[in-house]
Amino acid sequence: MSDDETYDAGYDDWLDAVEDGEAYYLEGPEGDGWLPPRRVDPATGSRELTEKQLPETGEVETFTVVHVPTPAFEQDAPFATAIARFGPARITGIVEADPGDVEVGMTVAVGVMETETTGDRAVVFRPQ
Amino acid sequence: MTDVRIAGVGLTKFGASPERTGRDLFAEAGLDALDDAGVDQDDVEALFYGNFMGELAEHQGHQGPLMAEAVGVDAPATRYEAACASSGVAVAEAVKNIRNGERDVVLVGGAERMTNLGTAGATEALAIAADDLWEVKAGMTFPGAYALMANAYFSEYGGEREDLAAIAVKNHENAVPNEKAQYQREISIEDVIEAPMVAEPLGLYDSCPISDGASALVLTSEEFAEEHDLDAPVSITGTGQGGDLMALHDRDFLARSPAADKAAAEAYADAGISADDVDFAEVHDCFTIAEVLAMESLGLFEVGEGISAARDGKTTREGELPVNLSGGLKAKGHPVGATGASQLAEMASLLRGDHPNSEYVEGATTGVTHNAGGTVASAVVHVLEVEQ
Repeated sequence: MSDDETYDAGYDDWLDAVEDGEAYYLEGPEGDGWLPPRRVDPATGSRELTEKQLPETGEVETFTVVHVPTPAFEQDAPFATAIARFGPARITGIVEADPGDVEVGMTVAVGVMETETTGDRAVVFRPQ
Repeated sequence: MTDVRIAGVGLTKFGASPERTGRDLFAEAGLDALDDAGVDQDDVEALFYGNFMGELAEHQGHQGPLMAEAVGVDAPATRYEAACASSGVAVAEAVKNIRNGERDVVLVGGAERMTNLGTAGATEALAIAADDLWEVKAGMTFPGAYALMANAYFSEYGGEREDLAAIAVKNHENAVPNEKAQYQREISIEDVIEAPMVAEPLGLYDSCPISDGASALVLTSEEFAEEHDLDAPVSITGTGQGGDLMALHDRDFLARSPAADKAAAEAYADAGISADDVDFAEVHDCFTIAEVLAMESLGLFEVGEGISAARDGKTTREGELPVNLSGGLKAKGHPVGATGASQLAEMASLLRGDHPNSEYVEGATTGVTHNAGGTVASAVVHVLEVEQ
């Protein structure tokens, strides 16, 4: 993490949990899955959110290979960013693979990486 | 409830003018709109102004009163921010204000200064319209977000890069006679396909440019227009706004835009029309795939069928339903805070018959504009109708 990086409660707590092998999601009363920080289930408006263990693997639903990044990822490009479904929750992350090898339906595990450009932590998907 | 008339329109040329301040851009558009309307500054009762990245591009917040000062208007002035839908939202609020009888004359529009940031700076500034924690920190860019939607669309409904390229080619062709457009030049399918990749499958020519520019409309009540004998044949007869969850991954659909579905349904109901009544449209084609999603949300094509519309000639200027006769964001340019109001300005000119592409909609009475913010977490739709 760069020196001036702010700690974002909820988000950084979640990354810590992923690094500890304890990834979780927040489940609403009808089984919808969400990422923190969140006090309300957007699907129902319910304030009853329960922390649940995230499935160990997910499936890539869509992806892109980013060639023109933001300055914070300048040295990381090109890289594949994907949306993957882990049970009831979807997550956006960078796929730790040759961008040409990424495909819809790929099975991945979620992890945390440090970016080349800033050393900041980012959500990563590791092909299984 | 009073009818809302578009009494005047003003647009700067969209393009790269990094040395021009936002206040100068908006002053040009605002004063042109007032001149076009034949309305004096003293008659303006409120300014509704759209802007997205002013703090980043110009270190300038609190832009409402600054812009009122720039056009010489002594009236309450408020800035609206909804990412790329900022001035679309401002127009929607202005319409409500006139309809509820609070004001008779509102100056509404927007401006954005972007090219002074450079490509990397503008990419970073645009990215903050996404979820910073869960998208931007995962390398998401704005082209990247639309690329995720494009690939999801291809997976779900089919389509290929050539279909998207046809949209870019069409909109560039439309922009050629439009002196306000950033790119007044034609491109080919090959140009689009062979252009450098930005975020696969979207290349440079699938993407709108980074632009500076401003737009403005003078909106009046029907009573004011008649009392002052204004030449204002175009009315805003329907307005609708929809919202969605911020992060793309949290939404029910990756290849559809429900916020725009809601905005369109609301606007059509408000105007008392249906999609079948629409003669032509100006839609938010920040990327080629965005035009497809927009047309499907507007009900102009069934879900899954918008992808081939340009390639089949249905949405070209000679087609049955011309889309983006201005050149769209793709070729006319996309100074984000200015875009929503600029769509209405272009459409009003098309309906009045004084736009260089008016010949393609001769006899048309009804148009619809679609303005999206972010990856369509915000959407605004307006219906415009002209007296024949």
